[in-house]
Amino acid sequence: MQLARVIGTVVATVKNESLEGRKLLVVQTLNKDLEPSGKPLVAVDSVGAGVGELVFWCRGKEASFPFKREDTPTDCTIIGIVDSDAHVTRSSR
Amino acid sequence: MILARVVGNIVATKKNQRYEGASVMLCQQVTPEGDETANTVIALNAVDAGVGDMVLIVQEGWGASTASTGKPGAAIDSAIVGVVDYVDLLKDE
Repeated sequence: MQLARVIGTVVATVKNESLEGRKLLVVQTLNKDLEPSGKPLVAVDSVGAGVGELVFWCRGKEASFPFKREDTPTDCTIIGIVDSDAHVTRSSR
Repeated sequence: MILARVVGNIVATKKNQRYEGASVMLCQQVTPEGDETANTVIALNAVDAGVGDMVLIVQEGWGASTASTGKPGAAIDSAIVGVVDYVDLLKDE
């Protein structure tokens, strides 16, 4: 799993039927200092995240487990919304 | 499995149901020598590791969900499954 910021939405009218009704969001992965790291990804939302929010996402086959239909074709799903930037506690140790 | 150092924890009220009661840790991948490398990853804590500990993270969904929640099939791709005491490496020639 990795931390990310939701930076946009994706609208796709024609898509796999098991993706119907699902929200697609563009997420930018962040490092531990909450700075962007790597390329943005498209993630399926499972928790009701919105643009601007700090979230964490799950990769791989496990990304399809939040959905009733486990054949949902996703390898990147948002599974949690971090309460605020201050709720990521870090130690300098 | 990868080596990482626990650098903090994350508070998320709205998250996947299977994460209830779990501790979500922010970890920085490290080399066997202990130097920071690659991305920060988020992992569920299955062994009570604390901030500053060098840990072993499994990145395979079945094992990660079983270790951290007791059951497989959750949207979990990484779990902390060990606290590293030390890494013994061959000395450079």
